[in-house]
Amino acid sequence: MGHVRGLRLLAGAAVALSLVACGGANGERPKTASSTPGKAYSRDPYPSTYHRYPGVPTLVRNVTVFDGEGGRIDNGSVLFADGKIVAIGQTLDAPAGASVVDGQGKWITPGVIDIHSHLGDYPSPGIRALSDGNEATAPVTADVWAEHSVWPQDPGFGRALANGGVTALQILPGSANLFGGRSVVLKNVYARTTQAMKFPGAPYGLKMACGENPKRVYGSKGREPSTRMGNIAVDRATWAKAQTYKRKWDKYERDGGDQPERDIAMDTLRGVLAGEIRVQNHCYRADEMATVLDMAKEFGYHVTAFHHAVEAYKIADLLKANDTCAAVWADWYGFKMESYDGIGANLALLEKAGACAMIHSDDANGIQRLNQEVAKALSAGRRAGIDIPDAVAWKWLSLNPARALGIDNQTGSLKPGKMADVVLWNGNPFSVYTRPEKVWVDGALLYDANDPKRRPVSDFELGQPGSGDVK
Amino acid sequence: MIRALLLSAAALIAAPALAQTVAITGATVALGDGSAPIQNATLVFRDGRIIAAGSGVAAPAGAEVIDAHGKWVSPGLVAGFTGLGLHDANGIEESNDGSAKGSPFAAAIDVSTAINPTGVKIANERLGGVTRALVAPDTGNSIFAGQGAVIDLGDDADPVMRARAFQYVELGEHGARDAGGSRPAAYALFRDALTQAQDYRRNPATFGGRDRGALIKRSDAEALLKVIDGQVPLVVHVDRASDIRNVLGLTRDYPKLRLVLTGASEGWRVAREIAAAKVPVIAAALADLPESFEAVAATESNVGRMRAAGVQVGLSADGASGGEHNIRQYAGNLVAITRIPGATGLDWGQALASITSGPAAALGLDGEIGSLRPGRRADVILWDGDPLEIESQPVAIWIDGKPQPMRSRQTELRDRYLTPTEGALPKAYDRR
Repeated sequence: MGHVRGLRLLAGAAVALSLVACGGANGERPKTASSTPGKAYSRDPYPSTYHRYPGVPTLVRNVTVFDGEGGRIDNGSVLFADGKIVAIGQTLDAPAGASVVDGQGKWITPGVIDIHSHLGDYPSPGIRALSDGNEATAPVTADVWAEHSVWPQDPGFGRALANGGVTALQILPGSANLFGGRSVVLKNVYARTTQAMKFPGAPYGLKMACGENPKRVYGSKGREPSTRMGNIAVDRATWAKAQTYKRKWDKYERDGGDQPERDIAMDTLRGVLAGEIRVQNHCYRADEMATVLDMAKEFGYHVTAFHHAVEAYKIADLLKANDTCAAVWADWYGFKMESYDGIGANLALLEKAGACAMIHSDDANGIQRLNQEVAKALSAGRRAGIDIPDAVAWKWLSLNPARALGIDNQTGSLKPGKMADVVLWNGNPFSVYTRPEKVWVDGALLYDANDPKRRPVSDFELGQPGSGDVK
Repeated sequence: MIRALLLSAAALIAAPALAQTVAITGATVALGDGSAPIQNATLVFRDGRIIAAGSGVAAPAGAEVIDAHGKWVSPGLVAGFTGLGLHDANGIEESNDGSAKGSPFAAAIDVSTAINPTGVKIANERLGGVTRALVAPDTGNSIFAGQGAVIDLGDDADPVMRARAFQYVELGEHGARDAGGSRPAAYALFRDALTQAQDYRRNPATFGGRDRGALIKRSDAEALLKVIDGQVPLVVHVDRASDIRNVLGLTRDYPKLRLVLTGASEGWRVAREIAAAKVPVIAAALADLPESFEAVAATESNVGRMRAAGVQVGLSADGASGGEHNIRQYAGNLVAITRIPGATGLDWGQALASITSGPAAALGLDGEIGSLRPGRRADVILWDGDPLEIESQPVAIWIDGKPQPMRSRQTELRDRYLTPTEGALPKAYDRR
């Protein structure tokens, strides 16, 4: 909450500065009352009300540590308190009153972060009444916000926590549309409201999509786009409009005058052009990703990550040069034409080329095993002669997605001062035989395999067959 | 490392395949019949069949001996139910033979005529250790999807091991939709179709199956008679506990039905009844979400609890977006949950059986495939480690005793792009 307020203040300060710059360097207009800055609309009208739950100072020792930044400590220790990582090292002393956990034979890692999830907007049960992921009524729906679809009672959140060690995730609109709408980043902590799950201070994302989905959905309705060139044509027309909108609103917020007409969709695109909102772009094929990168240059924005990116391995050098990440599955392939060239070594080839890579799920079941998906990618890489150390591969599960979400200063590694989003695994997390034993979010123990009371049960499952069962 | 593997694979292919006796020695051998793996054991096969496997087995004189110390041997994986061989990619409608909504036929549909052994997925999945698949159609215009086939994934032109191996029917929510909107409609359709099949048997000449509006055609009737007579198993997809009870009750009216359940997400809630009915189940291992109102009680402990109650279980490959070979990951996860308090999984031997002999037994084929017991077809995988562990991979594969190539389109793509940038010529010129 405090952090969000801080951001708002910063935004106000920026407006004031730009006014000064305008009056100083560019004295075309006389300083009259009309040059009073226009009133900016709220960038955060549905603010996070997340709060961390209480925890006790905890020292896990004698444990294998993957710090999430590529480092590994055997027989190491991790200490966290007051919701934050305090220290990691070989041996640490337990402060008075700390809970001490023996990690013999176990591994400790940062919590898993899934950059591509539809939990809440395509929840379980997957019935039409809860199918809220695609506003598939027009190819450009930058006006919709995923958080307004998220059902916080989705049982999938609990599974992702208990079986997958997932502590934060980005919920995206679906890929039917070229501009699917805004994403939202959540802490994986059940709450009564979506706002209370929102990751404090996380920037927004814009979901975009290329390829087969938009052209199929709208082509079948007999309207543009029905081809890949149609996809890009509509994209470009939309960005051109957004540039105009941004100019008008920038001017108004700087100089005042008549307030331009408000367009909720354009607010989001203006945010992208201003670098405040990150582009998360569903795209499979190498050639299409290259086109999108040029389109981003044409209109002056940056693609943060290509999602699915089944052919990213073919243009790993290009992605690196553009500082654009690839968020991929380990091995999904062959379910439609644009996934025909999927290979298991995708992640390893990206890493080898020095590109920013990460695992993602896009799946309520797959999100429960992202550690195993990375193990598959490591194995496929090793078959190709690319030997990536396990501890380095953990970046694909936490720090790289945190960076692509703009939350890496807060979470994604076990660096002192960061949120204590931590998983204790009952063995090597890259083994099929391993599961989370304990999961902490902001230092609060929210899952414990040995304590049935530390296992979340969503409202939907409460009182139904299997309620509170191991899942 | 890769070069060495390629060379050895090439050498294997060059060796005379049949008539040659092969002995794999020193390996950890997992039979796939539910037993624990055997250390330092030998496997012998000849003429496409397993001769012997165990720790006291000697390599016969003249056998090609493969020293496999430090490696593991298992039967090839049996993946069911799947559309493998029926499509190039599910979403490519033009080549997808998985279902036929516009067809007047349903139960008569026989997928064996559609299997394409050169589809790229066959080689990709074979390289992941899958040697047999239970190929099922999807429903089109009826609750009856048609007749499935058992195929091998061998690098040859003859993929169909058994055509018309089972009939597949939907009797849960999916079936309700197929039948026009409700479960009772699905049951009405089911019973009426079977009744009409019997009418056809009594008097084929007067059977009206050639009429445009006939519920079933003559060839549908012929396919359904084999189900009624128990000549082919009836695979029923249901998930809800109450649906499972209803399906088990069908044998009161059709006593010869050879039922097989698939899906069965809530099977654990009726596990004793399933076991008592001796109905095998091929279930999703890791379906633990209430994905629909018929799977509210879904849990990863489902398979383990059914097995503990005495149900014959196998794992389903359904929904494996990364490919059917991921059933071994599913099996490994069922071992993993044995360490979670309150969960029920499978021990290692049962877990391997759930992806080898289990699915084979569900269709009555465990005498032929799914294990390394003597007499079985020699579908053999040599692994560089524990076959259920993610990092392990096959290093040699035999199907019906024939060594298989260790390449696929995926390895071709990988090798072309080991370095993404072009060299002296475009990537299109870069191939083995």
